Amino acid sequence: MTKTQTLPLKQETDIVIIRQRVRKAAEEARLGLVSQTKIVTAASEIARNALIYGGGGQCLIELANRDGRAAVRLVIADQGPGIADIERALVDGYTSGSGLGLGLSGSRRLVDEFDLKSQPGAGTTVELWKWK
Amino acid sequence: MVDRIPILKMGKYLLLSIQVDMHDQLALDLQEDLTEQIVRHRAKGVLIDISSLEIVDSFIGRMLSHIANVSRILDAKVIVVGMQPAVAITLVELGLSLEGIATALNIEKGMRWLENSVNEDEIAGEPESDEDTDAPSETGN
Ligand SMILES: Nc1ncnc2c1ncn2[C@@H]1O[C@H](COP(=O)(O)OP(=O)(O)OP(=O)(O)O)[C@@H](O)[C@H]1O
Ligand SMILES: [Mg+2]
Repeated sequence: MTKTQTLPLKQETDIVIIRQRVRKAAEEARLGLVSQTKIVTAASEIARNALIYGGGGQCLIELANRDGRAAVRLVIADQGPGIADIERALVDGYTSGSGLGLGLSGSRRLVDEFDLKSQPGAGTTVELWKWK
Repeated sequence: MVDRIPILKMGKYLLLSIQVDMHDQLALDLQEDLTEQIVRHRAKGVLIDISSLEIVDSFIGRMLSHIANVSRILDAKVIVVGMQPAVAITLVELGLSLEGIATALNIEKGMRWLENSVNEDEIAGEPESDEDTDAPSETGN
């Protein structure tokens, strides 16, 4: 795999492809099985949000390095309506739709670093890190 | 990509094994297919093998809960078997409890559980309402 790749996120089946590529990257970074599973699950949640609420976007997957440790870094971005109240969106159980409201809060727990940037009208970008 | 998960009928039971990474529509179709087949075959039990699933996210978790709820209403028992440990750990951390869903380690144990709970119901006579199942655990809704 190349060090970075950017995948489109325009339809549901793109989420499946993103999961598979993130898994590959996590294997190459030699993350343990549980860590692999966690970053893939987080990617699935955040990608689905970007598709459903953000109208689609793209996902960058990078084989990175964090303080000398192999890492996977993901940047999932959409150009949708953004999130007005980020604090509230990150609360367990908060959903504006019919979800369980676990995507954002749960994903944050699954990764080593989680950064959400969003502005009303300017889209949403979520950066996820998992290292060895 | 696969566009249907096969559902096998065996006596009073329906068996299915999810062996592909499901996209969301495929999960929704499965939910619908299964409901339809429970009714058509008057199935008493459903066994869902997820041992090949490498992740369960909130969408698939929701599908499993939905299947369990609908089956309960249709008077069929459901058991989910073979969840990988890494998947189970991740689910808990994600915050998905999958409550109301009976689980077993493997197909054999799951099948035994189904047979026991279906037989118990038959002995108790219809209609039944109480659920006094022993292992594996099944929490109320
Ligand atoms: N990319 C996004 N663009 C706009 N709003 C978003 C985005 N991601 C999340 N949100 C908002 O944040 C809320 C919480 O998201 P979260 O993923 O935690 O829950 P959910 O998607 O509603 O349910 P679940 O993920 O459990 O199915 C969403 O309901 C939505 O209002
Ligand atoms: Mg979500």
